[in-house]
Amino acid sequence: TDVIIESSVGYFTEGPERKDDIVKAKQEGKELTKEEKQRLRKEKKQQKKSKEKKDDKPSRDSEKEKKPASAASPAPQTPTQPPAQKAPSAAPAPVPVPASETPSAADKPAKSKAELKAERRARQEAERASKGKKGDVGPQAAPGKPKAPPSELQPVVKRLPEHVQVDNPEVLKKLAKKLERQQTPEYNAATKIPLRSDYGYKVSLFSHLHQYSRKAPLTQQLGIPSTVIHPAIVRLGLQYSQGIVAGSNARSVALLHAFKQVIRDYTTPPNEELSRDLVNRLKPYISFLNQCRPLSASMGNAIKYIKKEISNIPSQCKEEEAKRKLLNCIDCYINEKIVLAAKAIAKYSIEKISDGDVILVYGCSSLVNHILCEAFEKNRKFRVIVVDSRPRLEGREALRRLVQKGINCTYVLISAVSYILPEVSKVFLGAHALLANGYVMSRVGTSQIALVAKAFNVPVLVCCETYKFCERVQTDSFVSNELDDPDDLIVTRTGTTQLEHWQEVPSLGLLNLVYDVTPPDFVDLVITDLGMIPCTSVPVVLRVKNVDQ
Amino acid sequence: MPGPDKETDLTERIEAFLFDLNRGGSGAGPLRGSAETARETTALLRRITAQARWSSAGDLMEIIRNEGRRMTAAQPSETTVGNMIRRVLKIIREEYARSRGSSEEADQQESLHKLLTSGGVSDENFRQPFAALKPNVIEAINELLTELEGTTDNIAMQALEHIHSNEVIMTIGRSRTVEAFLKDAARKRKFHVIVAECAPFCQGHEMATSLSKAGIETTVITDAAIFAVMSRVNKVIIGTQTVLANGGLRAVNGTHTLALAAKHHSTPLIVCAPMFKLSPQVRRLSFLSDFYRYCEILSKVNVHCPVFDYVPPELITLFISNIGGHAPSYIYRLMSELYHPEDHEL
Repeated sequence: TDVIIESSVGYFTEGPERKDDIVKAKQEGKELTKEEKQRLRKEKKQQKKSKEKKDDKPSRDSEKEKKPASAASPAPQTPTQPPAQKAPSAAPAPVPVPASETPSAADKPAKSKAELKAERRARQEAERASKGKKGDVGPQAAPGKPKAPPSELQPVVKRLPEHVQVDNPEVLKKLAKKLERQQTPEYNAATKIPLRSDYGYKVSLFSHLHQYSRKAPLTQQLGIPSTVIHPAIVRLGLQYSQGIVAGSNARSVALLHAFKQVIRDYTTPPNEELSRDLVNRLKPYISFLNQCRPLSASMGNAIKYIKKEISNIPSQCKEEEAKRKLLNCIDCYINEKIVLAAKAIAKYSIEKISDGDVILVYGCSSLVNHILCEAFEKNRKFRVIVVDSRPRLEGREALRRLVQKGINCTYVLISAVSYILPEVSKVFLGAHALLANGYVMSRVGTSQIALVAKAFNVPVLVCCETYKFCERVQTDSFVSNELDDPDDLIVTRTGTTQLEHWQEVPSLGLLNLVYDVTPPDFVDLVITDLGMIPCTSVPVVLRVKNVDQ
Repeated sequence: MPGPDKETDLTERIEAFLFDLNRGGSGAGPLRGSAETARETTALLRRITAQARWSSAGDLMEIIRNEGRRMTAAQPSETTVGNMIRRVLKIIREEYARSRGSSEEADQQESLHKLLTSGGVSDENFRQPFAALKPNVIEAINELLTELEGTTDNIAMQALEHIHSNEVIMTIGRSRTVEAFLKDAARKRKFHVIVAECAPFCQGHEMATSLSKAGIETTVITDAAIFAVMSRVNKVIIGTQTVLANGGLRAVNGTHTLALAAKHHSTPLIVCAPMFKLSPQVRRLSFLSDFYRYCEILSKVNVHCPVFDYVPPELITLFISNIGGHAPSYIYRLMSELYHPEDHEL
């Protein structure tokens, strides 16, 4: 144990030499078997390649959690290694896939994936054979996900999520097949999760992303009654796709409540274990929600947590008790990560707000609104400038909430930011996710405000709960984003609607981005429930969190 | 009698012009383009020269200055009116000087030698009457009018020198100059244009439809996405309402953000501005607060809707005008050739 922990510390303090030693030590133990098995595996794999069914991210996550549960660990690691350490080990390692190149990158991952997959499978088979366990992988085929060793130093390739490979027809075919497959066997094949089709002309820079129309919700393609998907989930999916539930906190909380309903209505079928079956039951729901609207980072973390909790339920636990435990877990999660975190962040932020301040906020962040309302209740004298942007115009909602409290507010559109900024003393921004390289992913326009604030030397503070911290890295707003309905940009001014027939004009495209990334040099401080940290400390927090778990 | 009729006719026209300017300013009438305003102002000044009663250059300049003050007061943000008036005043000075026979150069520039030897305020009072002054001035104003009519084409002709194929060009709002510029380049080259819509008036939509109908690949983005998309843009080409004396711009709302984003990504910012937009004013803080449109005032909220932005000259790479391309640091020199220093304040 000591060796391993030392080595993990060494990762941060001593650099590359330690890393090589450890890698070598691990490899030697299983070299022979790995090579033989690798050859066998490669042959078999090439035969099976066309019939292979690959899993998507949720199953991969479940695999990650199940693997530590089944404790199939390679030789040098000790069984006392906390299982959850395997999860972040996938992350800090460099991702060989050049994610910053847009459409050309779609082809490269396919090639390198194949070779690495073979290696991984070989390793997995070696471990399984040596331990003599049949992995608890259930009905899914051997996954292509990276085998996560406890020492986080082996380079690991993460599979690219499907929603950024829309321009790769193979990936789309696999997704369609996966959706077909994802139903419990007793229902007939006709009731499957529908595949949502793209709408309208997509700008070439973003051809790797989906673009859906709000007027064609996924539920139109579902039969009544929907036997595969729980009605609470159908309702949730519709709320997401129509924009009724928006904002990362709201979406996560709604998701967790819907899952609570699912758990309440769940009954374990005979001859199945709750811990395994419930996770499988959740998979089609998650695919459905993903089709309605791509999952946010906060939702992803919440789902990971739930799956971990479910699979940790001991098999001798009675169903009622298990369900009660799960419901309790979900409530705790919401309370800790969202409600109490908001209180902690408000406490830290109020120290930063002084009397006479002019605070600029952008859009509608539930956390920032909460902070401002708390500060106002604590009798701080300040006034707020709400910046808004088309087409969502979320700032109006924030304006409404603040004015209701009695706060003195001003309202401008984002194009007037450089006009109003000389009056501003601080900028408070909310975040959708904080990426591992320190970039802040937030509503489109946030980076612009941070840029102009920097030019005027106004401090920028980002408020974000730790459950939104994400292990992804991203440097620009193109590779992974969300395209909203392009028809939202159409507007009528002075009686004419210029873009009404934009679809008929072949060379005209409308781009409605949802997110953008802000570089860390524009952000002065991040206020989290763990304290006030600089943007670059995000990977440290992720590591600390995972060690605790 | 021809005299009084002409005069009333003249005053009627002036009043009509002022009324139009006023309406344009308050947002009730259609916003006219600056080229049109410039042409109309110049035509009106020509009419004043032809029909008003004056005996010497000084009188004419007095009349034009008075009318000019009224016109600029009608719509202060439309600076082309003031610019044209200053151009005409400069024309009158030149013609007067030529008629008097003194060399042009000595009058145009205040050389150090001249400053030392003359030792005082110039005693030009423009009181000498010259018979040939009137037709000369009218002819010069006609030349000015022809120049005005050709500005957009002159600028558009330079398009191919600045746009290569497969470029991604970003622009904001609607500028007729930039539209002509891009359409001219599109006849020979293939490139993409991203148009920021420039809320709340969303003039970018009009620009995008017009460009896409000319066969150019166009994308409309919201103002919030300017920085997000800027990393893929090769050039930013914008129009402006006014070019200020220090090389800065008074341009449509959102241009400053666009310029900052371009600077951050080291993308060149090119401004297509004809010479009649060059104004000897410098930035005054009152610029920014003098023009509001479409404000909805909720009872407890202040709403700001500025129409123009100030862009400092450090963010601009190049000016393209009808007389060629210039750096922002050269603008002050051009200005001294177009306007006489005494006319800077009307």
